[in-house]
Amino acid sequence: MINRRQLLGSFALGAGGLLLPKYVLGAVSPDLLGTAVKDMPEGVLEEQVLEALPGKKPLIKKTYRPPNYETPVTYFKEIFTPNDVFFVRYHLSNIPEVDARSWRLRIGGDAVERTYELTLDDLKTKFEQVEVVALCMCSGNRRGLMKPHVPGVQWGYGAMGNARWKGVRLKDILNRAGLKANALEVVVDGADTGVAEKTPDFIKSIPVWKALDENTIIAYEMNGEPLPHWNGFPARLVVPGWTATYWMKHIVSIEVVSTPYKDFWMSTAYRVPLGKFPMRDRFISQETNVNTPITEIMVNSLITNIKDGQTFRFGQPVEVKGIAWDGGYIIKQVEVSVDGGKTWHDAELGKDYGRFSWRQWSYTFRPTRRGEYTIMVKATNSIGQTQTFELIWNPGGYHHNVVQKVSIKVL
Amino acid sequence: MKRLMLFLLAVPLLSLALEERVKLKEGPNKDLVEANCMVCHSLDYIQMNSPFLDKKGWEAEVNKMIKAYGAPVRQEDVPKIVEYLNKYYGKKE
Repeated sequence: MINRRQLLGSFALGAGGLLLPKYVLGAVSPDLLGTAVKDMPEGVLEEQVLEALPGKKPLIKKTYRPPNYETPVTYFKEIFTPNDVFFVRYHLSNIPEVDARSWRLRIGGDAVERTYELTLDDLKTKFEQVEVVALCMCSGNRRGLMKPHVPGVQWGYGAMGNARWKGVRLKDILNRAGLKANALEVVVDGADTGVAEKTPDFIKSIPVWKALDENTIIAYEMNGEPLPHWNGFPARLVVPGWTATYWMKHIVSIEVVSTPYKDFWMSTAYRVPLGKFPMRDRFISQETNVNTPITEIMVNSLITNIKDGQTFRFGQPVEVKGIAWDGGYIIKQVEVSVDGGKTWHDAELGKDYGRFSWRQWSYTFRPTRRGEYTIMVKATNSIGQTQTFELIWNPGGYHHNVVQKVSIKVL
Repeated sequence: MKRLMLFLLAVPLLSLALEERVKLKEGPNKDLVEANCMVCHSLDYIQMNSPFLDKKGWEAEVNKMIKAYGAPVRQEDVPKIVEYLNKYYGKKE
């Protein structure tokens, strides 16, 4: 048996030093976690540290290898999440640094007329260039808040980010290959792989109808800059409205297939029980009698400017600010309660950046007495979907959209 | 074992110096747990998922690593690994 030192020694040999994090900052201040700190497993609070990956500012380190880093809530005050604080999520730890010049994207599969390859330059010059603002959110965002806890990466509020993505419509790329009538799913693979020989490669499929949606793109830029390595350089799939499990990073192949793609990541992982969530988008070729692949993001909201237990001076107005989002049906209303849910008041909505972006909101009130106030926020979209007050528990720990509660004191 | 070492050497990995900061609790079979779990992931995964899994829960996790993720763990080591995880990172009564 090899011991730990030998194992680490062999890792260090392979690492080459290029991708070593720069520095460690130590413990994570509860301010950066929002109200998540109240509900997380104890082990997380002891283990997570603030730390910077190369090219990133210090983020909340959940795990080193594969790298899983969460964005502190304070950065969600900005409409676009800066690239250097955008969350990082990997399933597998062999993550090559892709060379842009030798990178090729292969398009093929049994349900296309012809296969071909694209260079990064082809992607930038041979197709119509488009932009979409969209929220990228991990299916398991807030998993750490589930009760009872669910094993997996124990995310707080920060496994998400809103960005302006630039690239090429997947539809245009597929049309150049020519879809056959029997095209059913589009299977996407990235350059990252597992370490053990038998670990299933991370490959995901989406239904052809979603692949042909004009908002689904292959992006090579976010917020006006090339994708950071940790967010999928040189190109990633952007599936607006759907959870980030489908937003494949470092993509190297796209295959259009005529039969449902079956592997661990499609057939077992990222599934939610049928009928528990108000999903509109269906992935019928992958559904079973009991569950379905996760699809669109559930309606949700977050307070970004007030921390739990914060104190305010009596006589001063209290401004509550935050963001609200859904799977692309348009946020219609955000309501705030300052009395623990007895009465609700409409928040003012900020500028509309498109239906896949989160929407900023604010609500100001003047406390009429001293003491404790429980602030809550609830978003509703244009098809009447709203957040839940009772957790909809599920074994994967997905779709946590329980109405958030923050307590403040007016002194 | 030779093959194991070979694929470890071939993999470009990151943050290993820092990863070494993660210290598991001292106890019987700690070395066995480290050697097996670290093939695929850093040990903070164990701390992060604690303390809320009972013995059955940890057993399910170890078996998931083997069956779903293809971790090269010897079957006879499974009970020892589960016992360590449950004893030091298991749900408190």
